[in-house]
Amino acid sequence: MHAAVVVFPGSNRETDVVRALRRSGARVSLVWHADHDLPAGTDLAVLPGGFSYGDYLRCGAIAGRAAAMDAVRAHAARGGLVLGICNGFQILCESGLLPGVLMRNVDRRFLCHRQTLRVERTDTRFTSAYRPGQVIDVCIAHGEGNYFADPETLARIEAEGRVAFRYCDADGAVTVEANRNGSLNAIAGILSENRTVLGMMPHPENFVEELIGGTDGRGLFDSLAA
Amino acid sequence: MKARIIVTLKPGVLDPQGKAIEAALKSLAVDGVEGVRQGKVFDIEMATTDGAVAEVTLRTACEKLLANTVVENYAIEIL
Repeated sequence: MHAAVVVFPGSNRETDVVRALRRSGARVSLVWHADHDLPAGTDLAVLPGGFSYGDYLRCGAIAGRAAAMDAVRAHAARGGLVLGICNGFQILCESGLLPGVLMRNVDRRFLCHRQTLRVERTDTRFTSAYRPGQVIDVCIAHGEGNYFADPETLARIEAEGRVAFRYCDADGAVTVEANRNGSLNAIAGILSENRTVLGMMPHPENFVEELIGGTDGRGLFDSLAA
Repeated sequence: MKARIIVTLKPGVLDPQGKAIEAALKSLAVDGVEGVRQGKVFDIEMATTDGAVAEVTLRTACEKLLANTVVENYAIEIL
């Protein structure tokens, strides 16, 4: 598995995701936002968390139109894997690689806390190391994670089984209380139609070591590197 | 030539910032406000003096970057 992590001005989670990928056995290269190509042999393009371009205009809006994103779109069009975490998910929505948009959290607060997620499907390149319905304990850290799509798009995403993760309580129940940012259908992560692109707001890359609080994020990187 | 672009949330899209501003106005005893929706204004200097040409350019700017048409509408004013 050769992963290319795209770094934008204002990205700040690239070191974490590089470490998580290497831990699971991936070879990792860094790509600068102004680069026009991904390294030859890239299997997976990763858009890390952070505040690309200072969140100016809309979160992910300017990054979504960066030169490196043309290369990521071409990679996706060839069937290459793409993972966007937090700001990376916002960038994927703004770039047109995933439907919908991440709006301001419903209570207007920047939310930064541990968060349990329910794994909605395990037959994908991103989630095969998890058990169906498994509840994983990771975290969220965002001000704009409130997933929104028009009713037709939302219905299509659900009908096609493209929700990868939902916010849930510790028992796996999807409740209003567990969905603090107000996302429609408690969506925490969605897949592209062919399931090769995943965008998610929570941070699995920060939960790969017991020393820093848990290892439930490993499954995602182990799935990719398998 | 100067132009102004106004970007607003589509009706029905939740606007937490507008709600917060509405609540703040109420707390300041500004009476008679029934709702607030927050938007963005872009004042743009255009190289052309042809309004029709400017309109085409600005529409492209809105569609490509300034508005996310999933949740936002835009209006173009040539000043």
